[in-house]
Amino acid sequence: MPRGAGTGLAGGAVPCDDPVVIVTTRMDRILDVDVERRTAWVEPGVVNLDLSRHLAGTGLHFAPDPSSQQASTIGGNVATNSGGPHCLLYGVTSAHVQAVEVVLPDGEVVLLGEEQGDAAGYDLRGAFIGGEGTLGIATRICVRLTQDPPLVATLLLDFLTIDEAAETVSAIIAAGILPAALELMDQQVVAAVEPFAHAGYPMDAAAVLIVELDGLPAGIDDQVRRIGELARSHGAREVRRAADADEQERIWKGRKSAFGAIANLKPDYYLNDTVIPRSRLAEVLAGIQEAVDRHDLLIMNVFHAGDGNLHPLIVYDARDAEETARVLEVGEEIVRLAIDAGGVLSGEHGIGLEKRRFMGLQFSPEDLEAQARLRRAFDPDGMANPAKILPSGASCGHVTSLGRIPEGTWV
Amino acid sequence: MNRLTEFREAVGTDGAVCVRGGATRWDLGGDPAGAHEVRAPSGVEEFLPAEMTVTVGAGTTLAELTEVLGASGQEVALDGPPGATVGGALAVGRSSLRRGRVGSIADALLQADCVGADGALFTAGGPTVKNVTGYDVCRLLVGSLGTLALLGRVILRTRPVPESSLWLAGELTPGRVADVAYRPATVLWDGQRTTVRLEGHPSDLNDERERLVALGLGEVDEPELGPCMSRWVGQIAAGAVLDVLGGVVYGDLPKTLPVIEPGVHALASRMRDEFDPGRRLNPGRDPYRVAA
Repeated sequence: MPRGAGTGLAGGAVPCDDPVVIVTTRMDRILDVDVERRTAWVEPGVVNLDLSRHLAGTGLHFAPDPSSQQASTIGGNVATNSGGPHCLLYGVTSAHVQAVEVVLPDGEVVLLGEEQGDAAGYDLRGAFIGGEGTLGIATRICVRLTQDPPLVATLLLDFLTIDEAAETVSAIIAAGILPAALELMDQQVVAAVEPFAHAGYPMDAAAVLIVELDGLPAGIDDQVRRIGELARSHGAREVRRAADADEQERIWKGRKSAFGAIANLKPDYYLNDTVIPRSRLAEVLAGIQEAVDRHDLLIMNVFHAGDGNLHPLIVYDARDAEETARVLEVGEEIVRLAIDAGGVLSGEHGIGLEKRRFMGLQFSPEDLEAQARLRRAFDPDGMANPAKILPSGASCGHVTSLGRIPEGTWV
Repeated sequence: MNRLTEFREAVGTDGAVCVRGGATRWDLGGDPAGAHEVRAPSGVEEFLPAEMTVTVGAGTTLAELTEVLGASGQEVALDGPPGATVGGALAVGRSSLRRGRVGSIADALLQADCVGADGALFTAGGPTVKNVTGYDVCRLLVGSLGTLALLGRVILRTRPVPESSLWLAGELTPGRVADVAYRPATVLWDGQRTTVRLEGHPSDLNDERERLVALGLGEVDEPELGPCMSRWVGQIAAGAVLDVLGGVVYGDLPKTLPVIEPGVHALASRMRDEFDPGRRLNPGRDPYRVAA
């Protein structure tokens, strides 16, 4: 099994059944950047943010910006088909990978995809991405680079109820506006991050929305105006547009430091990644709050609201076995709430070990068999990263250490 | 009995079978001559503008879908000749000429309800706009010419129709144009002239037009591209036009089949064996025998 930086939150890079672990972090060379064609070849161990730093001055960047981008590798991003706030407009990793050189489990080396356009035949590149290391090991990746936007506007909207914030999100999408990013933070998160972000978040707001728009000035101004009107008609107290890059950075700093700040409240947290239809945000958030209250736990909400990608974060103390058991119970309830609302198990973290047992909630045996066929074509003997993704009788079921994220990463 | 179940029964569990959509590109990758023809359900089942998704029978024409979505100012990233169906466009898997803005066709398919070679209905993907749950079977189906499973009903990602658009052309390299134009939807290059399509707010487009006119470009009508195309192999013959973002050449050219590495071919064959060991779905068709 391959392993990159090990920042994944679903346990995809946790070795099961004593496999040989092939660590790719030292394969960290940026092999070639073609500014004119807007592509770059990289090795899998290149850290996500290092590529965009390397591209500084070219007017280009690598669009996927997962929470872990300071630490996670592009190989890992390919394995989990990573997302991030700006995937709302630009799409997840798969939309930014042109080709992958893969060592298949039988040792054959294949190049999947094309440097330009779509490859002939089956989209084996697309099938490989998100395979969580169960389909082979990526050894070289051709990524597509995205033009830096000429202008960026960052808005901060504040609300006295989380419902109003959620309804504003739905209203923005319903109006046909697709922002670059649209994030929600609730009062608990704001209270935790403001002391060191100094973003000027309103401490008495029940929720704030961060909306980012990018592109050319007239289009941005028009969208800012329409979003302001929608927000006010849904109860927003204030619609603030960051005056300069410094203010934009502080608004994002608060969002990005949410997880470090939470360490001040409780030593551990369990983060649940699901997606729901974005018109049902308010209702599902209320359902989650009710379940959490019933289990006497503390929840914080900081998530990619624009695409309905929930990240309810339950803070707890893993040394307390009884509390940990309640966290796992409520985690399952949250997954069921998302599925019942017409949602899916994972928006960007993947299935790994964590959600294998829930696959049957979303998929029928026939659906799972189609996925198993895909897997077998790549790996007939089940040698690559065994016991992941598909529910099976395999071992390695004991996953209760829910993991800590390195300081400075964000989700 | 719902229409998906009827479709499943029409496909059955044995014997060669193929789906007829608009048959606008019927011979692509081979002709499934003699196979029992079925038709996928048609009609827009549910359009959720506030969700930016639409559920549609695979047999629905692109024209009908475009009309329904357009009434709410939305569209999908699917293109095809007049008469083409949603299922046909997905099976062919050719991305839109506007892929610089709308993305690749594979990114448009969120969920597919299909009938497999064993005659069972299964669902690939999920209904939400963001989803990494399990293996991405949807992507395999796009461009597979119906050789892995037959599309019955799909959920597609919709997007806002651009407020305005314009085409400009002039004697400048695509790279030079790209330095000035922001995220062009289309970039065409014939070896001498670059043609671009820009989309966005009207006054932004006016500004961009002025900048590009200063470099020698002029506004043109939407170019007519012939139906013939071939994969780009590094040169552009006289009279041909390269779709830079799509890697495809248009023009009256000899069709060259793609060169497939043996390892990739073996993997693709294993995939077809897994999904359709008896080769009953669209027999005679091979997605690797398509020039572009």
